[in-house]
Amino acid sequence: MIRNILISVCFVLALCAIPWIGVSFGMYAVFGILIPYLAGSILLAGIIYRVISWAKAPVPFRIPTTGGQQKSLPWIKANNLENPTNTFGIIGRMLLEILLFRSLFRNSRAGLLDDKRITYTGSRWLWVFGLMFHYSFLIILLRHLHFFLQPIPVIVKLVTSLDGVFDILLPTIYLSDIAFLFCVTFLFLRRVVLPKIRYISLVSDYFALLLLATIAISGILMRNVFKVDLYSVKQLAVGLFSFSPGLYETIGVVFYIHLFCVCILAAYFPFSKLMHMAGIFLSPTRNLANTNRMKRHVNPWDYPVQTHSYEEYEDEFRDKMLSAGIPLDKEGE
Amino acid sequence: MKKLPKPDKLMIEPRPPRENWMETPTEFREGSWSYPAKAKNLETIGYPNPREWSITDEDWKLPENWQQIIHDGFKERLEKYRSLKIFMDTCVRCGACADKCHFFLGSGDPKNMPVLRAELLRSVYKNDFTTAGKILGRIAGARKLTLNVLKEWFYYFYQCSECRRCSVFCPYGIDTAEITMMARELMNLVGLNINWVQEPVANCYRFGNHIGMQPQAIKDMIDFMAEDIEDITGVHLEVPLNKKGAEILFVVPSGDYFADPGTYTFMGYIMLLNELGIDYTMSTYASEGGNFGLFSSHETMKRLNAKIYAEARRLGVKWILGGECGHMWRVIHQYMDTLNGPADFLEVPVSPITGTRFENASSTKMVHICEFTADLIYHNKLKLDPTRNDNVRVTFHDSCNPARAMGLLEEPRYILNNVCNHFHEMPENTIREQTFCCGGGAGLNNDENLEMRMRGGLPRANAVRHVHEKHGVNMLSCICAIDRVTLPPLMEYWVPEVDVCGIHELLGNALVMQGENERRVNLRGEPNSGEEENDHEG
Repeated sequence: MIRNILISVCFVLALCAIPWIGVSFGMYAVFGILIPYLAGSILLAGIIYRVISWAKAPVPFRIPTTGGQQKSLPWIKANNLENPTNTFGIIGRMLLEILLFRSLFRNSRAGLLDDKRITYTGSRWLWVFGLMFHYSFLIILLRHLHFFLQPIPVIVKLVTSLDGVFDILLPTIYLSDIAFLFCVTFLFLRRVVLPKIRYISLVSDYFALLLLATIAISGILMRNVFKVDLYSVKQLAVGLFSFSPGLYETIGVVFYIHLFCVCILAAYFPFSKLMHMAGIFLSPTRNLANTNRMKRHVNPWDYPVQTHSYEEYEDEFRDKMLSAGIPLDKEGE
Repeated sequence: MKKLPKPDKLMIEPRPPRENWMETPTEFREGSWSYPAKAKNLETIGYPNPREWSITDEDWKLPENWQQIIHDGFKERLEKYRSLKIFMDTCVRCGACADKCHFFLGSGDPKNMPVLRAELLRSVYKNDFTTAGKILGRIAGARKLTLNVLKEWFYYFYQCSECRRCSVFCPYGIDTAEITMMARELMNLVGLNINWVQEPVANCYRFGNHIGMQPQAIKDMIDFMAEDIEDITGVHLEVPLNKKGAEILFVVPSGDYFADPGTYTFMGYIMLLNELGIDYTMSTYASEGGNFGLFSSHETMKRLNAKIYAEARRLGVKWILGGECGHMWRVIHQYMDTLNGPADFLEVPVSPITGTRFENASSTKMVHICEFTADLIYHNKLKLDPTRNDNVRVTFHDSCNPARAMGLLEEPRYILNNVCNHFHEMPENTIREQTFCCGGGAGLNNDENLEMRMRGGLPRANAVRHVHEKHGVNMLSCICAIDRVTLPPLMEYWVPEVDVCGIHELLGNALVMQGENERRVNLRGEPNSGEEENDHEG
């Protein structure tokens, strides 16, 4: 299991070395134009491919996991959010799940007391850090629109100024950057320290976190330590997005490491567990209404099966049924 | 029971081994697996590769091309079930599910963590069906389906009771029950199945019920219970069988007319229906509400379930009433209409006593007896004397499927609160949607698997012990026939002071019937509270 960690560390170090070497050989077009376009295409095509392949698979049965009281008798209060029976409930349940990680919020930790009693204590750390991680990621993404869009949308400006509210350093250190790194560290250490979680962790679990950490660190470094030429970065980004890319050899190698890792993340995304972002929308235990006995759900690939008919049954047991006085369809001879 | 380790030995703090889980060989520990299906049971239903074999044998007598068969079966299921595809692709191994599984809590075996159980299948999925897995192999968490992997599947997918507790906690709703069902379907293709699933399946197919009871034997059993009721209450009643033109077809799990304490629950049902003068019938052909097809394959589930609608049509009833059973209700609630509907030959269920239209069953046309009875009590249609249950202090075990695949939570509690005076809930992390399995669901309630059952039932038993010590609880009520078979030995092992009953047994005790004698004993023939002292004085 330590091996899994080492392998992913090696992967990430190699990923940092590639642009470093590449740029030092002057391959700006490769790392500034070709790879970003390639990665962007893989990301787009990959996500579309994956979502379509999921959506193409039918949902033969309606199998929601119910987390609250069903709708049955009118005087029993039904829980439409945990056990939805209409669109409103489904949307509510999905929003809670997607925006607030409802199910993870339930998390508890089982423990054993000295008198052999099992206890279940609420354990919200994973929820807190998971939520913070995803939201800081979102804010960072929004903030990056600064580089791609001209004029900059008001919402992006607002998010950026709120995010940099404690601008004690120049250039500003963003709250989201700190939160993000903090959470990535937590999530990573969790996989290293907790025996159970270490046991289930695969190379890809460590790799995804290390890659994200590398992106965040290189981003902070280029902004606050190496102070790359942000004006050129913006021109490069706007150029890429307007399909008239230019070459910017003055930006500095940290930027190219940052960009390359982002590209790797983008290209890796559709083929990895990171697709859970899209998967949650299609999860049949969450996005289906518990209207099972109210509305018929049709299985598109249903087929007739062989059954044991009543006639066959009566034929086998007619005499016994007759002598027991059980009514028959056909009287025996 | 003697062979089992002492309770305190069973409780171990889980410590995963040092080596990678892919390299840990599966040790088939005695008491933790179930006997393979007998050839005759596979032949009855037409399953592939019927043969006599043993788990402890080196050679499991698989077909030569078993790897190809499983690969093709896997591919087919990925195309047929979005659930499988999504659940294979989206897990991030966050570990939230890890300590939610009763088998993990009781055994400490890390492969009983739902995430790893799924990973047993997922690793093969990655190897066979994903680009990353094909290129990166082990690094991507992929591995080939070898004989050892297959044996590992057999061991661990028959250590999952499909209770769905983990799916409540999973941020993506990944449902291990679904994964286990698929894994079992794949294993069926090469003839790896357990007898405790396949014998009930074969029996149910031919005889109409899991225990293989023939029509005259069913009648005998039911008549016998009716006589018991007459002895206890003085009220004579008859249970109509295969009666054409009745209003309601009543289907119960066969355990309820076969063995104690289910029989007491059954007595409660028929006392209730008789007291209200309901025009109903039971069927010897559709004499099983349970459906072990759920634990075998979707197709088998459909083949067995077909009898209920077929019989309802043949007898010309208006709607169907179902008894207390857990997995039975998962099949009826989530599958029956899709499998064998539309039930357009039936009417939307209406209670003949209260006139309540069960809109929630308007398509499937089958009502849970707890819904039916709660409605009766709410409308004051039953005369109840809860003091007759004063000798028991009751707690309620939510059965997995009614809780997590229906949301039938308040109905049984409403009945309990009306039929007994001492009802105490177990701690909140162990009831309702977070309820713990009895340890014997999904076909695992056989005796050869007893140690694993005791381990799996540990979290449930622990919660019962808590209310036993705190409130003096001595009766564990439930609405599931498998529970009524599995919980008594579990209680005997962990909390011997506590007995097990169905909700309708308590209802039968409390039900004041027209023309009844003074009740000196309850349905079990035990003196009612107060009677004991009188006996001493007399």
